[in-house]
Amino acid sequence: MTYDKRFDGRKFDETRHMEAKAGVIKRAAGSGWFKIGNTEAYAAVYGPREMYPRFLQNPEKGVLRCHYNMMPFSSAGDRVRPGPSRRSKEISMVTERALRPVVDLSEYPNAVVDVFIELPQTDAGTRCAGICAASIALADAGISMSDLVCSISAGKVEDTMLLDLTYEEDSHEMGVDIPMAMLHNSKQISLLQMDGELPPEDLKRAIELVKKGCDQIYEVQKQALKNRFNETKD
Amino acid sequence: MYEELRNEIISLLSKQARLDGRKPEEYREVKIETGVSRNAEGSAKVKIGDTEVIAGVKMEIMKPYPDSPDDGSMMINVELYPMSSPEFESGPPDIYSIELARITDRGIRESKTLDTKQLCITPGEKVWMVVVDVCTLNDSGNLFDAIALAAEAAMEDAVFPTVENDKIDYKHKTDKKLPMRKKPITITVYKYGNNLLVDPTYEEEKVYDARLTVSVLENGNICSLQKGGDAAINTEDVFKMIDLAKAKSKEIRKLF
Amino acid sequence: MGEMKVNEKEIVVPGETLAEGMDYLPSYGTHRAGDKILASRLGLVSVEGKVIKLVPLSGVYQPKRGDTIIGQVVEILLSGWRISTNSAYPAVLNMKDATSEFIARGADLSKYIAIGDYVIAQIINVTSQKLVDLTMKGPGLRKLKGGRIINVNANKVPRIIGKQGSMVSMIKDYTACRILVGQNGIVWIQGDDPNKELLAVETIKKIEREAHFVGLTDRIKNFLDANKAGITKLS
Repeated sequence: MTYDKRFDGRKFDETRHMEAKAGVIKRAAGSGWFKIGNTEAYAAVYGPREMYPRFLQNPEKGVLRCHYNMMPFSSAGDRVRPGPSRRSKEISMVTERALRPVVDLSEYPNAVVDVFIELPQTDAGTRCAGICAASIALADAGISMSDLVCSISAGKVEDTMLLDLTYEEDSHEMGVDIPMAMLHNSKQISLLQMDGELPPEDLKRAIELVKKGCDQIYEVQKQALKNRFNETKD
Repeated sequence: MYEELRNEIISLLSKQARLDGRKPEEYREVKIETGVSRNAEGSAKVKIGDTEVIAGVKMEIMKPYPDSPDDGSMMINVELYPMSSPEFESGPPDIYSIELARITDRGIRESKTLDTKQLCITPGEKVWMVVVDVCTLNDSGNLFDAIALAAEAAMEDAVFPTVENDKIDYKHKTDKKLPMRKKPITITVYKYGNNLLVDPTYEEEKVYDARLTVSVLENGNICSLQKGGDAAINTEDVFKMIDLAKAKSKEIRKLF
Repeated sequence: MGEMKVNEKEIVVPGETLAEGMDYLPSYGTHRAGDKILASRLGLVSVEGKVIKLVPLSGVYQPKRGDTIIGQVVEILLSGWRISTNSAYPAVLNMKDATSEFIARGADLSKYIAIGDYVIAQIINVTSQKLVDLTMKGPGLRKLKGGRIINVNANKVPRIIGKQGSMVSMIKDYTACRILVGQNGIVWIQGDDPNKELLAVETIKKIEREAHFVGLTDRIKNFLDANKAGITKLS
C-alpha cells in the first residue's frame, strides 16, 4: 500500500504553513508564539529569578525549567482535564532537554529560568511547536544561547516518509511519528522520540527531512525576533 | 507593602487622574475575537488593554441530576496560568481562580442566558453539559471582567457537535448554536479611600480597599454580586458602585 | 579573506552568522564555530576594528559592583534589610551602611526603613554566588519618599540617562519632575502635575522602545516639544 497523496495536499517534504511572533506576553521577560498548520503554541519566559523551593537550586549555574500544557479545549477529542498528566510531565522534561544544549546559565548560580508553554489549539506536533515557541521566547528574554533550537516531526504513513505530520497522519494505523529538535547550525539532535515500527534505514531519510524543515523554521523564528524590535509606535 | 503606591493612586484619583493617564471611570480598549481555537465547540479571545484571556467551550453528554431530569448543565473553570503573570504559580487551582470561576458562573447561570431545557436530549437519561474553560495569557489587570466577557463570547460562538449512536463526533460540528438568551455584562468597580474606578491595572489591583463585581442585564437589572477586599462598604457605596457598573455595562454591551 | 555577514547596528538572533573567515575576533555575545563567528544572544551588532560584539536589547538585570540601583525593602533582618533588586538576586543593606546615625542593638529597624519602602543605593560587593551588599552612604543615596516607580528594560538605562546625564536632564527640564534612574531598570519619578508626570513616564518608555534607532535625541526632543503642556493619556 502506498500513501501517494497527503490528506491536505502537501508535498511529502513540505511543512504546514508557519507563523511566529515574539514579545506577545507583556508581563514576561520574553515570549514567543509559533503556529504550524492548526497547532499553535505560546511560550513565556520568566527569569532568571530566585528559585524556590531552595533545595532545587544549583550553586554552579542557573536551572532551566519547562512546563508544557494543553489548554482544556485544545484537543480534537474530549476535553483535556486541567493539571499535569504523565504525558505533559514527560513532554516538559524532553522540552527542557531539547533546549539545554544551547542555553548558557553559568552566570546565574542558584537562579531559575522558567519557560511556560501553552497550546490553545492542536493538530499533532505540539511538543515541536512548543519548543519552537520556547526558543523564540528564550532569545527574546535576552538569555545567552549559542543557537536557536528548531523542532518538527518526520514520520511514515504506509510506505511513504513525510515531514510534519498532522493528527490525521499521526493517528493513521500504519503511521510512525518521529518528533525531533535540532540545533540550527550544527544540526545536532536534541530531541528524538518515536512511536511506530520502522526499519532503522528510514530514520536517515527522516533526519534529512527534519534538517530541511529546521532551516525553514529558523528563518521564521529569526524574522519573528527581528520584527519585534523593528516595529515602532510613533 | 504598597503604602506609597496606594497613596500615589489616591492622590491621583482625587485629581481625576490615574497612573496610566486614564480617567477613573475610563475602560481600556476592549477587543473580542471569536473562533480562535478550531477544536473547541466555541472559543473567544478577549483583550482589555494588555490583559488577554482565551476561553473555549467543550460539550459533553451526561446523565442529568435527579432533581432536574430535563435540564442540561454548565460548568465554568478558570485557569490562571503562570505564563501570564510572575505572581501565578503552577499547581492546583488557588482560591483566586476559584473565586473568578464562581463569579463568572453565577453571572451566567443566574441571568438564565443559557436555556438549560434545550440542552435535554432524553429526559432523565441524557443531557448536554457545557464546559467553559477560561485561560489567562497575560494579566495586566481586571481579569474579573475579562474572564466573564470571554466565557460569554465563547458560549455565543459555540455550536453543537454531531452525535452518532449516542457518541459525540467532535470532528463534525452542526450549525446549531447554543440556546443563549439575554446576556449579562460583568463589571467590577474598585474603591480606594472615597474614590471609585473601573478596569484596574495590575498595579492598581495590589492596593484597593474594596471591590464589587456586578453582573448587569440588558434591562438594567442585576443578576449577581460579589463584594471583595478587606474594607467594609456602606449602603451608599454599594449603590454608587452598581450605578457605575450599569453605566459601563452599556458601553461593553455595544461590542457584542 | 574574512567577510562580515551583517551590518553595524543590525539586530541579530542566536545562531546567526556574523562573519566568516578568521580575520574577525569574537567578543561579548558572540562565539566562534569553525571559521564562522555566530551570535550567542539577541543583540545589536557593534564592530570595532576587527572585534565583533553584541549590545544586548533585552534581559534581566545582573547586579554589578559600583552600580547605583533602586530597590524595594522586602524583609527586615537582624541587623539590616533585604532589598529586591529587580534581578535574580536580592541584596542586603547592613545597618552600618544605611546611616551614620547610631542605631541601638535590637532597635525597631522599620522605624528607619520599612518593608515596601524604596531606596536608592550603591552596590559595594557581589560574590561569585551572587550575594549582593548595598550602601546608602554616598551623595544622593537615600530612602525615596512619595513619587511613582516604573520598570524599564535595564539594558536601555544608558540611553535613558544619556551622555553625562543629558537625556534625563532634558526630560527633567521639560516636565519639572524629579527623576532617578537605577541601573537595575527601576525609575523613580515625582512631579506635581499628573500630566507632566505622565509625559516623563511616556518619554522614558519611548526611549526604552526606540533606544536602538538613529537620531534618538532629536526624536525625544521633538516628542517633548510636541507635548510640552503634559499629556493626559498613555499611547
